[in-house]
Amino acid sequence: MTTTTIEPTMDAVPEATLRSALSSRARPVRASALSASLSFGWRAALKIKHVPMQLFDVTMFPIMFVLLYTYLFGGALAGSPSEYLQDLLPGVLVMTVAWITMYTGQALNTDISKGIFDRFRSLPIWRPAVLVGMLLADAARYTMASVVIVTVGVALGFRPDGGPVGVVLAVALLLVFAFSLSWVWTAVGLLAPTPEAVLQMAMTILFPLTFASNVFVDPKTMPGWVQAFVNVNPISHLATAARGLMHGNAVAGDIAWVLAWCAALVAVFAPITMRLYAKER
Amino acid sequence: MPIEPFRNPTLAIEASGLVKAFGEVRAVDGVDLAVPAGGVYGFLGPNGAGKTTAIRTLATLLRPDGGEARVFGHDIVREPDAVRSRVSLTGQFASVDEELTGAENLVLLGRLLGFSRGQARERAGELLDAFGLAEAGDRLVKTYSGGMQRRLDIAASIIATPELIFLDEPTTGLDPRSRNQVWEIVRALVAQGTTVLLTTQYLDEADRLADRIAVIDHGRIIAEGTSRELKASVGSGAVHVRLNDPEQRPEAQRLLTQALGVPVHLESDPVAVSARVGDAAETVAHALAELARAGVAVTDFSLGQPSLDEVFLALTGHPADDTSTADSVDDNDEEDAA
Ligand SMILES: Nc1ncnc2c1ncn2[C@@H]1O[C@H](COP(=O)(O)OP(=O)(O)O)[C@@H](O)[C@H]1O
Ligand SMILES: [Mg+2]
Repeated sequence: MTTTTIEPTMDAVPEATLRSALSSRARPVRASALSASLSFGWRAALKIKHVPMQLFDVTMFPIMFVLLYTYLFGGALAGSPSEYLQDLLPGVLVMTVAWITMYTGQALNTDISKGIFDRFRSLPIWRPAVLVGMLLADAARYTMASVVIVTVGVALGFRPDGGPVGVVLAVALLLVFAFSLSWVWTAVGLLAPTPEAVLQMAMTILFPLTFASNVFVDPKTMPGWVQAFVNVNPISHLATAARGLMHGNAVAGDIAWVLAWCAALVAVFAPITMRLYAKER
Repeated sequence: MPIEPFRNPTLAIEASGLVKAFGEVRAVDGVDLAVPAGGVYGFLGPNGAGKTTAIRTLATLLRPDGGEARVFGHDIVREPDAVRSRVSLTGQFASVDEELTGAENLVLLGRLLGFSRGQARERAGELLDAFGLAEAGDRLVKTYSGGMQRRLDIAASIIATPELIFLDEPTTGLDPRSRNQVWEIVRALVAQGTTVLLTTQYLDEADRLADRIAVIDHGRIIAEGTSRELKASVGSGAVHVRLNDPEQRPEAQRLLTQALGVPVHLESDPVAVSARVGDAAETVAHALAELARAGVAVTDFSLGQPSLDEVFLALTGHPADDTSTADSVDDNDEEDAA
């Protein structure tokens, strides 16, 4: 486990090389908002390249979820695992992606505690680029998780009536929702004292949000007050919309509900995040 | 190549009554500054003096609570982007990404500054070469030694040549060799026309590098000037004598006190004594002759202006941070002269 560090000598560097590297030259024109955001996305991709284990949460975690829920509850809840899977899979997809959005906040919080963030903040760039780039990279992670889940599902007998187009539309809607929900965690990530605190706060919100929903069971058997919550819960609307899109019987109302929730989340939490981000520390 | 003209071509930084408070603590407490463009300006002060807060405020990372400051004529509050595009800051703690390679760090920052992908790569290669990091360029930064990280950090600050660079304690925690390398870089930067504002707790570092020094204590500048002026303000010079045999120190102290007519101090180094004297070289020569006559062997002596350590003591009535003084004065007085 020991790493030997070989210190290269600077003495070997000719004066001229140092001087020419330091000589002043024209500054480039300011990077565009898009280019700056993509650069931050590239940074996230490089980190995954160096530590591929980071992808555990978007590969193994979803596989375990699908397998566990299908075989543990499938028989009891829907008569047979394969019948249950048709309803469950879109729900598990929604739930898994919702859960992994919280890592956005954790990563941001970890970043801030390091000096690199000061450097980013002192660059003359479009300020939200750091966050937007991060969210773009996360969208790629969510896509990867979705592909894994759908593939495992199909292997287990999931047969979406809406065909590939329905599946792609459902995943697209899910990505929009995940992007919107991520702004909640960026705000939490900027507020929380430690990365662990970010996860604790996120779990406190995500547990009721994902379980008090229609992901696993039909809410008809639940007490009235729980049903009331389930019916306004964005996760329920998203799960219903995803099922509809995948099986080719989507109801416009559910999709509209989801998009309204997305708009509300971004409208509230993006400005809060940006304010917290600009705040000095 | 052309650098656009400043509003006031002679001043890199002007500040008056600058204040930054954290709750009750006035970390920067009414600072006036006039930092000339070109050369090295040093902020010297012990831990907690307010050096970091002062430069973070000047680099627009913190908003001042009072007073005002201009960087190359641009107000730090009203024109932060104009300031940001002229300065760069190398923080006290590594401000590079440990989970990326050295080259990736530089390319990323180059892209963020607006270089094309090709230009950013080329610039990264050029800087890695110049800073002796070419071999290590493709390794993750977390495997770098402290000195290498510092160099990368400074390289990252000059991808787009800044007109003013803030270096916050650039050599704290570095071994003497790495410290010399950083000094080389600072001198090269200045030679190319960049203004450097560096903070340090090391008295000898400010003495060697800085053209002008502001001594900071409790958020206030308690003295400002060239190293020579600061020393002169304290009034007298000092003689330092090192003996061959620590056993002979009491004897040497007695003889010197007699010959010089001033109190002679025993230093923490068991073979060293020192005394404040006027600029009377003759008296000192006489005193050394006395030592020789009494058979006290002297390995080394110096007669000079007071050290900045003594300046600090004289100005504040308390010594600069003890640990920093100890390892800054001793280390490499001789090797650097070479
Ligand atoms: N973010 C902060 N919040 C509260 N107090 C701070 C903060 N940063 C610095 N301080 C306080 O301000 C004073 C000056 O600190 P600093 O500027 O870091 O000094 P230096 O860099 O000279 O060691 C210290 O008393 C320190 O505790
Ligand atoms: Mg500091």
